[in-house]
Amino acid sequence: MALLSLTPLLLLALLCLYARLRGHDVYAALLEGAEKGLRLTLDLSPALVLLFALIYALRASGLSDYLGSLAAPLLRRLGVPEETALLMLLRPLSGSGALAAATELIERFGADSLIGRTAAVMIGSSETTFYVIAVYFSAAGVRETRWAIPAALCADLACFLSAAWICRLLWS
Amino acid sequence: MLGTLFTILFLLSLYFSVLSGTEVQAGNALLLGAQEAIPFCLTITGSLCFWSAWMELAERCGVAQKLSDLLRPLLRRLFPHSAQSVEILSALSENLSANLLGLGNAATPAGIRAARGMAGLGAAGRDELCLLVVLNTASLQLIPGTIAAVRGAAGAEAPFDIMPAVWLSSLLSVGAGLGAAALFKRRWRFFR
Repeated sequence: MALLSLTPLLLLALLCLYARLRGHDVYAALLEGAEKGLRLTLDLSPALVLLFALIYALRASGLSDYLGSLAAPLLRRLGVPEETALLMLLRPLSGSGALAAATELIERFGADSLIGRTAAVMIGSSETTFYVIAVYFSAAGVRETRWAIPAALCADLACFLSAAWICRLLWS
Repeated sequence: MLGTLFTILFLLSLYFSVLSGTEVQAGNALLLGAQEAIPFCLTITGSLCFWSAWMELAERCGVAQKLSDLLRPLLRRLFPHSAQSVEILSALSENLSANLLGLGNAATPAGIRAARGMAGLGAAGRDELCLLVVLNTASLQLIPGTIAAVRGAAGAEAPFDIMPAVWLSSLLSVGAGLGAAALFKRRWRFFR
């Protein structure tokens, strides 16, 4: 565990050294990258305001619990926490929506809880499927998506199941 | 599409709050959620900027370039038809390496270049376009920076300790996507 925690520091130090030896302006590059990160969160924030409001309302109205209880018999048999039902439903459709849903779970159950970790791994190992499909096919000017959607959804399903199983194996 | 989803979810939450008598709570939650979004953004901004800074440095020193050179043999196997074109192959490897490093701003333009090239290659090219899309819908990020920032803000002991789980889960998901793509491709021709 100590080694795993040291990895980021080790990698960064090596990267710094490598860049310096190759004559790059390390500080200027870092500053520009940090600015890009700032712009990213600024771009993300309007969507997050709307989606946090929506997710909190969905939860308070009882919809997300209802959804969880509806899917519970199946999810329990598959070994997936039923609380993640809303997150899994939103993930392929809206990246900010899924991030808001995962954040709500992480804050409610704790970052180091099994549900919090499962939500984090689900987010970290999946993408906003329908957005990616729309961007690529429309940019390429191809209208027929053929088997891209079913295959991509299979990948999402595998991601959710394996995230739940791996987290249970490692942290329960 | 997002507008429709948004409308449906709002209508559903209205329906459920009336049904279960939680109108007041739902109304309050709406405002509370909106209000909490901004402190949340602020708590993750610092670590996001930090990761973004290091990724920029890595890109400038040519780490992305090296990685994309390493990926070429693999991509030649996955995309035998498109890889015959030098431009498409380099766009493909740039797309995959930027995805691995979490450089979303660089990954999408490269992916689109590859997609446009494939669209002009006829039926085999369009098969490989589907494969490219499947590969891009399964996240291949090595360092899950955003969600680690969220975990850190929520008081995780070691925000990055989920990384091995994320890698394994990503690999299984990509494997399932590629397997499903191979299966559906055969079926698709059969149906035609």
